[in-house]
Amino acid sequence: MPKPADTPRGSLKVYLGYAAGVGKTFQMLADGHAAAQRGVDVVVAYFEPHARPDTIGQAQGIETLAHRKIEYRGKTFEEMDTEAVLQRGPTIALVDELAHTNIPGSARSKRWEDVQILLDAGIEVWTTMNVQHIESLNDQIWQITGIQVRETVPDGVVRQAAEIVAVDVTPDALLNRLKRGAVYKPEMVEKALTGFFKGSNLGALRELALRQAAHEVDLRQSAYDETRAFQVPRISEARRTGPADNQPKERILIHITADPSTAMLIRRGRRVADYLHADCTALFVHQTSELSQLPAEERQGIEKHLRFARSLQIETQVLGGSDVPKTVVEFARRNQVTQIFVAHSEVLLLDRLRGKNFYENIVRLAQDLQVTVVADRSRRQVS
Amino acid sequence: MRVSELPKPSPERLLKQVQAEESKRWGAKLKIFLGYAPGVGKSYRMLDEARRRHERGEDVVVGAVQGQQSEDVQALLRKLELIPPLQTPEGQPIDLDAILRRAPQVCVIDPLAAQNPPGSRNAYRWQDVQELLRNGISVLSSVNLLHVEEYKDKVQTITGKNTTETIPKSFLLAADDIVIVDVPPDLCLWRQGEKLTSTGISNFQERQLSELRELALLLTAEVVDAQLESYVHAHGIEPVFGTHERFLVCVTPRSNAPAMIESGERNKERFQGELHAVYVCEPGRSKRERVTIRRYFDAAKKAGASTKVLESNDPISAIVEFAREKRITQIFIGHSDHNTWRDRFFGDPVLRLIRAAEGIDVRVFPH
Repeated sequence: MPKPADTPRGSLKVYLGYAAGVGKTFQMLADGHAAAQRGVDVVVAYFEPHARPDTIGQAQGIETLAHRKIEYRGKTFEEMDTEAVLQRGPTIALVDELAHTNIPGSARSKRWEDVQILLDAGIEVWTTMNVQHIESLNDQIWQITGIQVRETVPDGVVRQAAEIVAVDVTPDALLNRLKRGAVYKPEMVEKALTGFFKGSNLGALRELALRQAAHEVDLRQSAYDETRAFQVPRISEARRTGPADNQPKERILIHITADPSTAMLIRRGRRVADYLHADCTALFVHQTSELSQLPAEERQGIEKHLRFARSLQIETQVLGGSDVPKTVVEFARRNQVTQIFVAHSEVLLLDRLRGKNFYENIVRLAQDLQVTVVADRSRRQVS
Repeated sequence: MRVSELPKPSPERLLKQVQAEESKRWGAKLKIFLGYAPGVGKSYRMLDEARRRHERGEDVVVGAVQGQQSEDVQALLRKLELIPPLQTPEGQPIDLDAILRRAPQVCVIDPLAAQNPPGSRNAYRWQDVQELLRNGISVLSSVNLLHVEEYKDKVQTITGKNTTETIPKSFLLAADDIVIVDVPPDLCLWRQGEKLTSTGISNFQERQLSELRELALLLTAEVVDAQLESYVHAHGIEPVFGTHERFLVCVTPRSNAPAMIESGERNKERFQGELHAVYVCEPGRSKRERVTIRRYFDAAKKAGASTKVLESNDPISAIVEFAREKRITQIFIGHSDHNTWRDRFFGDPVLRLIRAAEGIDVRVFPH
């Protein structure tokens, strides 16, 4: 039965891993099993049909809802049947693979959007994802693994989670599972071993996942502490003084251009702002008198970046000004910005002569401000 | 010999290193299951792995078990061979001689942190474990954060709990494998017999456990980072960037070093990262400058930074080279305030650094 409109929002729990096969789904189902045994109304709302035998075993004994079948280009695909889950109205719904992109023709394009519907209906959701699916980590993952992950989940969705559980396993154990064929089909194992599962990749991804989990745990402590008078002693000296200490609040300004490197700049700015508890604004300065006078291609790039910033909960501003670096720096001064974030984009000599080399000019002009030139992490380092 | 004077590893040497690593793999391995508090399920995870290995044909025995056991753990223990510990009035040390005689491939020692009774061959159980490893027996063991010597005081500050039975952190860092067994605090309390609340932090006890949980996750990340570094060295591959925030403050006599160091310290704390400070000493620098730098370095050390003087005629290359070696993710440097003939000729040094520091963020500070 659908719940009445005043039902409190359901809480979200995320099982965070660092690669396929670490055991996220297994852990989620095992915990679901335990909850069912305690008498909690748990259902499996979506669960990969090609799952590993051990994992399928865990799902037995928990009510599993039928998937929605969607025809696309002559093939049948299975997606979560969000309507059916709402109709069934369980206390807890288990939804595998939060970062999944739905097949065209689905009501919503991303599974995390379906999860929002369930949460809004007051259903508690447990779900799984890997660290590389966190939007703001996308460039770091690219830098570490050389692989660009396409399916991402906005940081804000992960931040909603009441609880993050780190699912950890050693890379050796994971590689054993892989070689035994317990993760991928045999024909895919070789490809995986030379790609994502390559030696140092797994260690680096594992470290990232552990640090991300620690950061998420830390954020939830701050949220709890802000509502309580009594404080549990904290581990770090800097944080013992709390966020409202005598340090002036940092304000980060991200300079947006049509250059593709801006997406990476926005992600990095979001991440740094989160850790520093800073405010974050994104600014685009157009040299034409009207935004609509920009060439169509450039305007589309700008609009895409502004939308992307807003999707990561960054306030956006658009200003006109013939001298872009000067307008950016003056905006920063007027708004007590402490750090300007600019992209280290490749600059053509011609553009440099035209004064289009924004980052260099911003660095030169903003002698009284901190300017962070964010590296292009898409190119791998060769030392 | 200074590090910079060491010859680059030859292919033969690298191969030897790799082979040494491999041969270690054929020998005994230590795997530790770390938990942030009792009730997270370390023993279960560990014994479940022991069971799986036993079923795959490995010769597994159990040398020590925890006092209180859940039904799940008891069920696993029934499937495994036990070498009972010795019964003495002062405690139950593992029967080291019996295990060595039995010579299994894998031995489960639960828990790792225990003091042996007076007169035992080794004062601590972790030394018994070392003896097993030296004799070619792999060990699966479990430890709680409270029992890691370097974390004992922190845990006591948070929870008030104390212990005398500890293992050194270096023992963890030297383990072949470490796994963190992570569960939300409410589930952990539920296993200890408390009522299950909800997900998230909803009471004081959960808040305390959450603090321990963060510490345990960061400790595991540190061990993983150390393993990653030795892997990278042993295989002679390029270092991995970006797993961990590492800040490098470039100190010069005219820069606002105190502001950069203070910001570096705050960033280090917030990101749970590393802080380094360097000064590039070009030939012909005055004595007064050296005094200033020494003062800045003292401040940097107080902020928890490692400090280093680099000697070079080419400051930018020296900084970038150092940053790559230390896997720095952000370089802090002061705005260039003076226009020497050299800058005019070669270009602004800050802009040259930004161009050279490919893959690393550069944060430019006001004077």
